[in-house]
Amino acid sequence: MVDSIGIDIVLILLLMAISVGTVITIRLLRAAVGLALVSALLTIVMYRMGAPVAAVFELSVCAGLILVIFISTISLTQRLTPDRIIHVERETLRRFWFLPIIIVVIAVFLSQVNLPVGDAAAPIAQAPPSPMGVREVLWNLRHMDLIGQVIILLAGAFGVLILFKRGK
Amino acid sequence: MATLLIIIPLMCVIVINLPFLRFLRGAAFWLFALFCIFQGAYAVLPLEPSYAITRMLESLFVLHLSLDRLTLLLLFIIALVALTAAVVTREAADDDEDRFRLYNLFFIVVTGLNGVVMINDLFSMYVFLEVAALTSFILIASGGGAEHLEGAFKYLILSALATAALLSSIALIFLIAGDLSFAPVRAAFADNGTFLARFASGLFMCALFVKGGLVLFHWWLPDAYEAAPAPVSIILGGIITKVVGVYTLIRLFTGVFPMGPAFRSVILFMGGLSILAGALLALRQHDFKRMLAYSSISQVGYIILGLGAGTPLGIAGAMFHFFNHAVFKSTLFVNAAALESVLGTREMERMGGLSVKMPWTGGTSLVAFLSAAGFPPLAGFWSKLVIVLALWQAHSYGYAAVAVFGSVITMGYFLVMQRNVFFGKLREGLEFVKEAPFALVAPAVVLSLITIGAGILYGPMMERVFLPIGKFLLNVE
Amino acid sequence: MGDTLIQPVWLYGVTVALLMIVGLYCIVVTSNLIRALIGLEIIMKAVTLLITMVGQLTGNTAMAQSFVITLIVIEVVLMIVAGGLVISIFRKYHTIDVRVLRNLKG
Repeated sequence: MVDSIGIDIVLILLLMAISVGTVITIRLLRAAVGLALVSALLTIVMYRMGAPVAAVFELSVCAGLILVIFISTISLTQRLTPDRIIHVERETLRRFWFLPIIIVVIAVFLSQVNLPVGDAAAPIAQAPPSPMGVREVLWNLRHMDLIGQVIILLAGAFGVLILFKRGK
Repeated sequence: MATLLIIIPLMCVIVINLPFLRFLRGAAFWLFALFCIFQGAYAVLPLEPSYAITRMLESLFVLHLSLDRLTLLLLFIIALVALTAAVVTREAADDDEDRFRLYNLFFIVVTGLNGVVMINDLFSMYVFLEVAALTSFILIASGGGAEHLEGAFKYLILSALATAALLSSIALIFLIAGDLSFAPVRAAFADNGTFLARFASGLFMCALFVKGGLVLFHWWLPDAYEAAPAPVSIILGGIITKVVGVYTLIRLFTGVFPMGPAFRSVILFMGGLSILAGALLALRQHDFKRMLAYSSISQVGYIILGLGAGTPLGIAGAMFHFFNHAVFKSTLFVNAAALESVLGTREMERMGGLSVKMPWTGGTSLVAFLSAAGFPPLAGFWSKLVIVLALWQAHSYGYAAVAVFGSVITMGYFLVMQRNVFFGKLREGLEFVKEAPFALVAPAVVLSLITIGAGILYGPMMERVFLPIGKFLLNVE
Repeated sequence: MGDTLIQPVWLYGVTVALLMIVGLYCIVVTSNLIRALIGLEIIMKAVTLLITMVGQLTGNTAMAQSFVITLIVIEVVLMIVAGGLVISIFRKYHTIDVRVLRNLKG
């Protein structure tokens, strides 16, 4: 059991470190890659938490697709000339270094506080006796969500059409 | 039939966009108008036809939708405002392409809003709230100009933050209740006084405050309302914000989460503060639409006060005001569209004495603002009176006073607006002004007639429509 | 695999809270629109983790996963539209610095 907790702690520390790094870093491209790495780590965590299907989704979509979106957005909006880069860099550096300090302080604080959650303080619901797989749940129980997803995809398609037609 | 109200608009969007059905593009408006009329008629007279097609569709999609009194009222309001926005689009859109895009988006918005009001599951509600929100961003950005894009982006960030809070609270609710349909959640929260339950529902409430644009959380609203193109403002201010923020509050905090005394005080406080802050800030505005935006914040405060009163009468008043606000605010936004199309500006400083040249716009604006300020015998007077009465009965004398005082300020800024824009002498340079085109005047006239009619018929409307909703939501007989 | 993670549940809860703070800090402090979106994404990740954690705690991993999947789909569409907005803003203003945008608006 000690090993399992050890792995989780490593994962969490890595997660936090990379996410803080993503926020602090000056180069946007590095930030986007950092985000993808966070997604990948999250995938591992989710798999360990018994959510394999969602983990795969997270990896392929968040780590993959969103990275592509960010990279295209970044490459389409790059206009900084070299001297502006240095000026911008110096400014951002100062502001962002507060973050790790804040995080460490809050982490220490939270670990000491006894959060009022847990079986004694608040009853947690338990799963129904006959568990269904993810696919069954999605297709049998949550039709409305599926229709909602279709509508959102449609709306997104329109959004892209409108936004990019205007530019021309 | 409930299923159809979601499937039909979805199908319409897909159909009018199929490449080989190009000829249908011209008919997009009529298709949408037809659907809105159908929805409005159904909301008033919910007959269930038993054609084989409807039965087959219902069995195909097992959607667990419910159609109680509150839902039917909302469906009617949604249809009314959407139809108004569509009619205005005929005139106010930039070109045919723009118009067609707007109709498509309106179809999607109506699908989303219908979903929100008919659903009885928390997570599905989130999904359709996102549909409405996403479509709102696109609608605002469709203006294409710089300020449109900025307004859309700011709204996007704040709305997404609210959504994150909403989802977090949904996760906690799932932890407590094990399922997210209204009935199990209600059962799990019924006698649950734990910190976790209160925190989860409180967080949910705060997220809804942001989405509804109540004060302290309203920062996105004026920019979004002002930046949006004319027909978008109508549908955004007339219905989207209210369904997404206010309907959800009413539905959830009467039927799902228990509204203990702490929550009631918070709701009352937010309502009262919104009334005052919205009204006072509206006084200082020079831009017509921005003033309307702050006025909306104020009027939504009234609806929330009605909810906070906690009695069936309070809820009845709240829903009556919900209806009235949809009607008169839409009228005012139609007037704004008319002014903008004829004058090319929204700065009230540059207007004056237009009632001579634009009698219909001026007249409908007068009716709308009198109703908003609560002038008898228009509808707004009755709904505000009911809310004040409900607060009085619930011993919230302070808030009753706030409601009355808010009315006075509302009268104030609307009077200023009306005088500056319509009354007085015709400002120089405005001789060329004529009345706005038919499509920008007719909806205002129809809506004003509804306001007057609702004012005259307030008795039967309260008896037959709003009071039953109040009693039903609070389980009183 | 299921039991060993219930003990350090507070560990994941704290992680969720910390990630949210990181994301929020990112949005508030940055002057770059794209970085604001990155912050938003980090917050969404935190929510995803929260939902998964809750699924684990209640034992109802199937429901939790379907929530996460739906959430991810919505999140992607949101990001696509947001990215489109940023690109359009860039085309109009030739900058994505919020400070410059605010000055322009006047």
